[in-house]
Amino acid sequence: MTKEEVIELIDSSLAEEFELDRADMTPEANLYEDLGLDSLDTVDMVIVLEGAFDFKIREEEAVRAIRTLADIHNFVMHKIEQHS
Amino acid sequence: MSLNSVVITGIGIVSPLGNNYSQLFEALQASRSGVRELPALAQVGGLRSRLAATVNDVDPKQIPRKFRRSMSNMSIYAYLASQQALQMAGYPDNQLDSGDLGVFIGSTLGSTTTSENFFHDYFTDYSLERMKTGLFFQLMGHSCAANVAQSFGITGRVLSPSAACATSSQAVGYAYEQIGMGRQKAILCGGADEVHPLTVATFDIMHAASTHFNQQPSLSPRPFDRQRDGVVCGEGGGILLLESEASAKERGAEILAEVIGFSTTSDISSIASPDIDAMVKCMRLALKDAGLTAADIDYVNAHGTGTEQGDIAEAKAIQQLFADRTPVSSLKGHLGHTMAASGTIELAGCVGMLQQQQLIATRNLEQIDERCSGIDHLQQHRAQPVKTILKNNFAMGGINATIILRSYLND
Repeated sequence: MTKEEVIELIDSSLAEEFELDRADMTPEANLYEDLGLDSLDTVDMVIVLEGAFDFKIREEEAVRAIRTLADIHNFVMHKIEQHS
Repeated sequence: MSLNSVVITGIGIVSPLGNNYSQLFEALQASRSGVRELPALAQVGGLRSRLAATVNDVDPKQIPRKFRRSMSNMSIYAYLASQQALQMAGYPDNQLDSGDLGVFIGSTLGSTTTSENFFHDYFTDYSLERMKTGLFFQLMGHSCAANVAQSFGITGRVLSPSAACATSSQAVGYAYEQIGMGRQKAILCGGADEVHPLTVATFDIMHAASTHFNQQPSLSPRPFDRQRDGVVCGEGGGILLLESEASAKERGAEILAEVIGFSTTSDISSIASPDIDAMVKCMRLALKDAGLTAADIDYVNAHGTGTEQGDIAEAKAIQQLFADRTPVSSLKGHLGHTMAASGTIELAGCVGMLQQQQLIATRNLEQIDERCSGIDHLQQHRAQPVKTILKNNFAMGGINATIILRSYLND
C-alpha cells in the first residue's frame, strides 16, 4: 500500500465508524478536542484499525500517545513498515 | 391511595401505528392495522408465524452518535418517545438534572439482536478482540432507562422493571407510587422492545403465536374472536411523563389525565398460564387503591392478546367484576403485542379515549368466542361519556398489573 492509500483507509474507516465529516479530518485535527472522540471511542478506534490493517496494536504503548489524526497516520505507517 | 395526586403531562409514542401520540390515536380511530408479514421470520427453521407489528420511518441519526452508540433499537425507541413526552409536557431543560425527575423504563430483555450479532461473530473463533465498547450497554437489562437518563442528563431515580408484557404498566405504577409518596416530582416511565425472531419463537413453541393469517396480516391478532389463533409480536416505545399535580400546576402544564390506582401481583398458579382468580384479585386491588368500585369504571382496556388461554381467562375475570355493564376492548388487534411497550402504548390510547370521549373497539373481533362472552365487547367504536378507565396487563411469568386512569379537567 502507498502512504496515500494507508491514509485513505485510516480516514475512511474512522469516518465511517465515528460518523466524522471528512472536511474536519485534517492531519492536525485533535481526536478529542476537534473530532469529539472520547475514551470509549479510543478503544473502538483500535479495533477498527486492527480490522482494517489486520494487525494487533491494543497492547502497544504508542497507541496511548496518539492525539491527532497525523499521529494515527504515522503510527500505522510505522507499524506497516515494521512488518514489511 | 396515593398521598400526592399524580397526573400525566406528556406522552411519547414510537409504534407500529405511528411515531407520536396523535398518529397513534388517529390510526386507532381509523381502525388501521400495524401488522405485516416480516420476511426475516421465513428464514428461521421451525418458525410457523410470519407476522409482526414493526416500527417504521424512524431516523436513529437524529440522536447524537455519542448517545446512539450504546443504543439498540429498543433504546432508540425509548429515547425518541421520551423526547416527545418531555416536549409535550413542556418540561424545562434546566430541570432535567435537578434530581426531581426520574426515569423508570423497562424492556423484556436486553437487545436480542445485539446479542445475536455478537455471538455470531464470537463463535467464528471464540475471540473477544472485535468486541466494541457499545456492546454491554445494549445488552444490559437497564439499557433503555440508562440510555434515556444519560442522553437527556436526567439525574433522579432510575428503575428498570422487567416483567415481560407487564413491564411498562409496572413502570407507570411504580412511578405513580414514588411521585405519590413525594420521592420524585416527575418520572419518565414506560417500556420499549424490539422485534426479534426469538420473541416470536417464544410464543410459537408454546402454540401461542398466530400462524393461520400469514397471508392476511391485518386479520390477526383477533382478541376474543372465535377464529383467533395467537399473539402477533410487535415492537415500539411508549413513554409517559408522570408528574405530581402540584408540580404540573406550578409549571402551568396541560394535564392530560390522572393516574388514580395501581396494583401488581404475582400469579403463582403457573409461569405461563393465567389464573382467573389472580386476575380478579389484581383488578380488585387497583380499584381499592383508587377508592373505587367496579361500578365506577366506564371502560376496561383488556390485555387481550388473542391467545385462547389468556383471552378466556381475562374475559371471565372481567365478567366476575363488571358483568356486562362495562365496555371492554383490546388494542392489540390494531397494534399487535408490543411487549414491554404495550402497557404504555395502550395507556396512551386510553388517554386518547378520555380526551375524545370515544371508546375504541377491538379490531378483528367479528364473532365473539362463546367462552369469552358475558361482557360488553366493543365491536364498534362508541362515543359515550368516559371518565374512568381500568387497564390490564397480564404477563408471562405470572406478573399481573392494573392501572386506573381518570379524566382531568384543566382550570
